[in-house]
Amino acid sequence: MSINGKAYIAGVYEHPTRKADDKSLAQLHAEVAKGALEDAGLTKADVDGYFCAGDAPGLGGLSMADYMGLKLRHIDTTETGGSSYVIHVTHAAQAIVAGKCNVALITLAGRPRSEGMATGTAPRNAGANTPDVAFEFPFAPATANMYAMAAMRHMHEFGTTSAQLAWIKVAASHHAQHNPHAMLRDVVTVEDVVNSPMITDPLHRLDCCVISDGGGAIIVARPEVAKSLKRPRVKVLGGGEAVKHQMGGKIDLTYTGARWSGPDAFAEAGVTPADIKYASIYDSFTITVLITLEDLGFCAKGQGGKFVSDGNLISGVGKLPFNTDGGGLCNNHPANRGGLTKVVEAVRQLRGEAHPKVQVKNCGIALAHGTGGSLGTRHGSATVIMGRD
Amino acid sequence: MATAERKIDAPAPAPETKAFWDAASAGRLVIKRCAACGESHYYPRSICPFCGSDKTEWRDVSGRGTIYTYSVMRRAPVPYAIAYVTLEEGVTMMTNIVDCDLNAIRVGQKVRVVFKPTDGGPPVPMFTPA
Repeated sequence: MSINGKAYIAGVYEHPTRKADDKSLAQLHAEVAKGALEDAGLTKADVDGYFCAGDAPGLGGLSMADYMGLKLRHIDTTETGGSSYVIHVTHAAQAIVAGKCNVALITLAGRPRSEGMATGTAPRNAGANTPDVAFEFPFAPATANMYAMAAMRHMHEFGTTSAQLAWIKVAASHHAQHNPHAMLRDVVTVEDVVNSPMITDPLHRLDCCVISDGGGAIIVARPEVAKSLKRPRVKVLGGGEAVKHQMGGKIDLTYTGARWSGPDAFAEAGVTPADIKYASIYDSFTITVLITLEDLGFCAKGQGGKFVSDGNLISGVGKLPFNTDGGGLCNNHPANRGGLTKVVEAVRQLRGEAHPKVQVKNCGIALAHGTGGSLGTRHGSATVIMGRD
Repeated sequence: MATAERKIDAPAPAPETKAFWDAASAGRLVIKRCAACGESHYYPRSICPFCGSDKTEWRDVSGRGTIYTYSVMRRAPVPYAIAYVTLEEGVTMMTNIVDCDLNAIRVGQKVRVVFKPTDGGPPVPMFTPA
């Protein structure tokens, strides 16, 4: 049962806020839902499928369906951290193909900035029932040092350098200068990145994404519904998902689950990396992008450093324009979960609605990839490929 | 040394891992090995994550290993080195590298286990240059 061409992204919305100390979490979810429905030209009454993840308050999908007043035939609260919403797009398309819903709403929201969360540097205890906690938490794993260990190993095995990683941030900053909502709009240089304070070796401050409040929403619709709307049409071509973990102690941090989710998505879409005109790549840290690009097949394993250098990811300059909204590194990382905004910018590109300074010409096929959890321990990988109709 | 000043969170032993922490309290590092498929694994489970057998057994290990990767967290009240160490017996475990110059740690470095006291729980296995 392929989803290729059988579901459309009918609406997307990224909340403009980056600091929401005047709003509740449920309110943010409802605001982004409203925004995406208005973008599509649909109403709440059209929604019969709802998707959310661990950022939703209370009982998740139940609490939010109650708050928003949704009448549902289908619900899916698949939780794979920041990659959840990319998986939700694929799951929504599958539910539509299976006849389980016609219009699926996906929401994400969070307020880590208002709540003063030290997202990257403070170890968080997942609770004594989590089987790894006793064997990890005493050693103070935070988010940043887990990704840093993947970077350190990549440098050791392949000779990847801090300057190469810095090019990823440089490219994101070139894009963010055109996004009025981006948290960080200043263009930075490789020198700026490698001279910024070391957070956890080898990751510098500018190798890390922003901490922002906000959220976003996506509407996935049955073709008949999408074709009745006035918006440029974007269809789902293929999706893939995978979980990468510690393999019982046979740990290898040089690759991600994109090694598996990518080929699944490409096969379903019937395209290859060479066909992708624009890529949204989850950028919690610069190293996340570099390893993911290798695993998705945009370059050979170990060649990511060379691939991202010299502006190769800058729209209008390089071969693979990426994260033209500024990504998590410069624009927005709402709820510490960047998967949803990855899909949003890919849809903007396919619609021809990205900022004119970063819009990719003839952008017919785009990819969005999410990485949720931790590269250093266990993570969910999700790839979705979309095409202009 | 830096790690001596960092309060180390106490692990909470579960019934299936109590033997690991009892051994740690006695200064011994043990891991689980599956009698059915022969694979060792880490962190320890009652059911083998490779073949699914429940015939897993505790085995003593040498406590010697190699640093697979590491990172020194600078943005902390007391900087510390987190690492993955691959034991001679093949499994790779999360740990801290301690009792050394944090700036001299290298991938591939030989290390040996040292048990460090925690805040009200059993000691945890950390590693120091061999």
